[in-house]
Amino acid sequence: MRLFKIILGVAVVGILGFLGIKEIIADPVYFLELFLGGLTRGSIYALIALGYTMVYGIIQLINFAHGEIYMIGAMTALIVASVLGLWGWNSAVIVILAFVFAIVYSCAYGFTVEKIAYMPLRTAPRLSALISAIGMSLFLQNYVMLAQTSEYMPFESLIPDFKFWEPFSHIITSVEMTIIVTTVIVMILLGILIKFTKIGKAMRAAAQDKIMASLVGINVNRVISTTFVVGSATAAIGGVLIACHVGQINFYIGFLAGLKAFIAAVLGGIGSIPGAVLGSLVLGISESMFTGYFWSEYEDVFAFSILVIILIFRPSGILGRDETSKV
Amino acid sequence: MEPILNVKNLTMNFGGLKALDTVNIAVEKGQIAALIGPNGAGKTTFFNCITGIYEVSEGRMEITPPGKSTQELKGLKTNVVTERGLARTFQNIRLFEGMTVLENVMIGRHCRLKSGIFSAMLRPSSQKDEEKKAVNDSYKILEKIGLEQYVNEMAVNLPYGAQRRLEIARALATDPFLLLLDEPAAGMNPQETKELDDLIIWLRDNENLSILLIEHDMKLVMSLSDNIHVVDYGKKIAEGTPEEVKSNPDVIKAYLGDESEDA
Amino acid sequence: MVTKKEIKLSFFIGLWFMVLTFPIMVIKVNTITNTVIFRWPNLLWVGIVCFFASLIWNYLLRMKEEKKKADTKDDIPIVHRLLQNEKFKIPFLAALAIFFLLYPFVFSMYHTSILISALIYVMLGLGLNIVVGLAGLLDLGYVAFYAVGAYTYALLNLHFGISFWVVLPISAVFGAIAGTLLGYPVLRLRGDYLAIVTLGFGEIIRIVLENWDDFSNGPRGIGNIPAPSFFGHQFGQHDSVIYIYFIVIGLVLMTIFFVNRLENSRIGRAWIALRDDEIACQAMGIDKFKTKLTAFTLGATWAALGGVVFAAKTSFINPMSFTIWESITILCVVVIGGMGSAIGVIAGALVLILLPEYLRAVAEYRMLVFGALQVIVMVFKPEGLIRSVRKIYKFKKVKE
Repeated sequence: MRLFKIILGVAVVGILGFLGIKEIIADPVYFLELFLGGLTRGSIYALIALGYTMVYGIIQLINFAHGEIYMIGAMTALIVASVLGLWGWNSAVIVILAFVFAIVYSCAYGFTVEKIAYMPLRTAPRLSALISAIGMSLFLQNYVMLAQTSEYMPFESLIPDFKFWEPFSHIITSVEMTIIVTTVIVMILLGILIKFTKIGKAMRAAAQDKIMASLVGINVNRVISTTFVVGSATAAIGGVLIACHVGQINFYIGFLAGLKAFIAAVLGGIGSIPGAVLGSLVLGISESMFTGYFWSEYEDVFAFSILVIILIFRPSGILGRDETSKV
Repeated sequence: MEPILNVKNLTMNFGGLKALDTVNIAVEKGQIAALIGPNGAGKTTFFNCITGIYEVSEGRMEITPPGKSTQELKGLKTNVVTERGLARTFQNIRLFEGMTVLENVMIGRHCRLKSGIFSAMLRPSSQKDEEKKAVNDSYKILEKIGLEQYVNEMAVNLPYGAQRRLEIARALATDPFLLLLDEPAAGMNPQETKELDDLIIWLRDNENLSILLIEHDMKLVMSLSDNIHVVDYGKKIAEGTPEEVKSNPDVIKAYLGDESEDA
Repeated sequence: MVTKKEIKLSFFIGLWFMVLTFPIMVIKVNTITNTVIFRWPNLLWVGIVCFFASLIWNYLLRMKEEKKKADTKDDIPIVHRLLQNEKFKIPFLAALAIFFLLYPFVFSMYHTSILISALIYVMLGLGLNIVVGLAGLLDLGYVAFYAVGAYTYALLNLHFGISFWVVLPISAVFGAIAGTLLGYPVLRLRGDYLAIVTLGFGEIIRIVLENWDDFSNGPRGIGNIPAPSFFGHQFGQHDSVIYIYFIVIGLVLMTIFFVNRLENSRIGRAWIALRDDEIACQAMGIDKFKTKLTAFTLGATWAALGGVVFAAKTSFINPMSFTIWESITILCVVVIGGMGSAIGVIAGALVLILLPEYLRAVAEYRMLVFGALQVIVMVFKPEGLIRSVRKIYKFKKVKE
């Protein structure tokens, strides 16, 4: 079995590598475009995947409603920007306020969702919590659809075309550049939060062992809430950025993006934060290559196939550790 | 004669931690053996290793069922180990909450029955007979253990002591030759413990069973056991009759701590 | 009763939700015409509704805690008590039989057609109940097997002119094969991964059906699927609806019959044991993987049967009928009706499918309510509307 896996792996990498090099030599600019497009896409996945992986690390739950939090972030930004735009506010102020409101509201939703749908089920079987999560996701989607609209809403890009970026903009637009740079900054901030702050340490402790953490005086409920809030904040940033990039949103964008981000988190090793980032970038870039060189209509099939393959051959993901169930 | 369970040099690593380190334990036919040791010594890990829940790092685990040849347990799946004749109970009670007491016992019969999905749907007479026999056998086991008054109760609604006994009944239903009991007296009151003591002896004498138990209640262990194995920090430190173990200086040290270190 | 503290808390929760829902509930933007409408009354409604919802929520949570402490025995649901009562059972079942027998002759074709849809959901729900309710495997791609059945009939009929009755067993076999093929790799995974992978698989099937034009005719779908024939006789449109109605009734009865037998069999008990505790289950000598696979495959078989009936009923299928929302709807039927409880699932299917059909005004809120109900049921009543009751065995006293 092991030998089989190795041979299979080498064969796949070999064929792809061969084809890849051929294609790159044929049209290097196209390859670069695909690569950077994939990087952008991967950055967005990473911003969402963080929430999945942190929540999973701490309460072992796939937060199905996480994609919806991301959608609500984008939706709030759209609403705030439209209202302020109509009132004729300065565009720089609009950008800042749209981001601030999107983040604050996503955090508030994330916090509330946890209190309603997950906290009462802390000791229940995992299946119950998972079903509750699916219910929450369904509810939030329909709530936004009914309160707003089921149509696509055009999203005026909040990010201007920077002057200084003009020389490079034929390869990577300033929106894409902004997405990548913002993601890097968010990752660094998050790294600092988790490594060095008190709450970050508490989060790591609770992820290791909730009972032990509560014995040494950590308020586990507060830690879980914080995890949801932090995850929601990064998802909101991702939501606003992608809306700027794509130029339109609707109530449904969270579903697929959430799934893809979850796949990325599993690919990297669920529960691991660097894993989520790595998995997102790998998924984003390989998806971009797949659609660029093969069939674009099977993009989602490709992502799901990656998930299935990863789960069968290496369920712990690229950076995850094997776990032994406790008896 | 071959011991019915013969574990040689069993080693279990979790990452860098050696939960069990070259442990040798043998159980003779018809024996009540006990495995004791301080908390975290690796007793439950030992059970999990021989029942195939953990993948063992090193060592051999041989069984010799009465009237059969010697077999190796290493690498077998948990359910196959049970089929070979080892049945266990759990320290933290793990009954099937969505089922009645009788059905819990019938689950134990599962591996001794054959009927599959089609016979369940079509119910030929062979399936009906088998089902009827399973129900009756399970009821008889409940009678032996003294739980027949609860037969149709949901398992979760039973009093604590009865839940522990139901775990034993369920294990018995798999027709084992060796019964592994993980702290069967935990949380029981003195009266319940006394009854358990009688039950275990009765099982050995009348059901042709050998028993290996993990227990913290020293009074119970000393009165029951023919042979006691002591482990500490994953290593076996002593073996012998209750009298021998009681007076073994290593055992006293393990339980009371080394006094020279205390100062 | 409600304490002052709770009222105060609920007041703040009401305020919290007013702030929380403000941008989405109150402001409505139209980015095309660039207009903004403020719907201030919504703010008030949210506040009032959330205040009372919070009061009820806290009260129910407290009741749940008290019930846990009191350690009372669970009451047997009223339906089961009635069905155990011999005096009531026979007239009740007879009335039910007469009702369903006469239904298509009393009510119009429209109503019959709606009931057929609901009954298909009963079948699907009972099938999924085996997977989710009994074996505890969360399958979010159940609709894929439903599609397998529907497309099997549509394509076999289109290319080879094979009739409904021949396809029915063939599709069951195809469903079982599809279930085994998918189940084999994924059932080794932990439960929550299984949910995602099956969801992914369901989507893959739909996307393939949408894009593989030569095979499935893409999004345009396949039309002119014939209704079932009666020994070679093809009914007119009206009679054919009635005929399908009775076929579905027959299939539902068959499903109930088999599911009932399975539930109290060696295999059925193993499923429940697996759901309750995987490790203990294996320690009792049950092969975890094999047992999971039988449940998964059997569930898939039932979905495929449902798919054939669906295709025959609508006479037109396209990939849009097999979206993830279909899977979620069937899951709702099982979860809200009562996981593991056949009667619960039947009631759940009839209520959840028929109610939105007849209450057109609230039909658009259907999914919203489904989502909310899933959360509420899981939090307060995880056993569903009508919980399952295990079989009672009778014994003669041997002792005494």
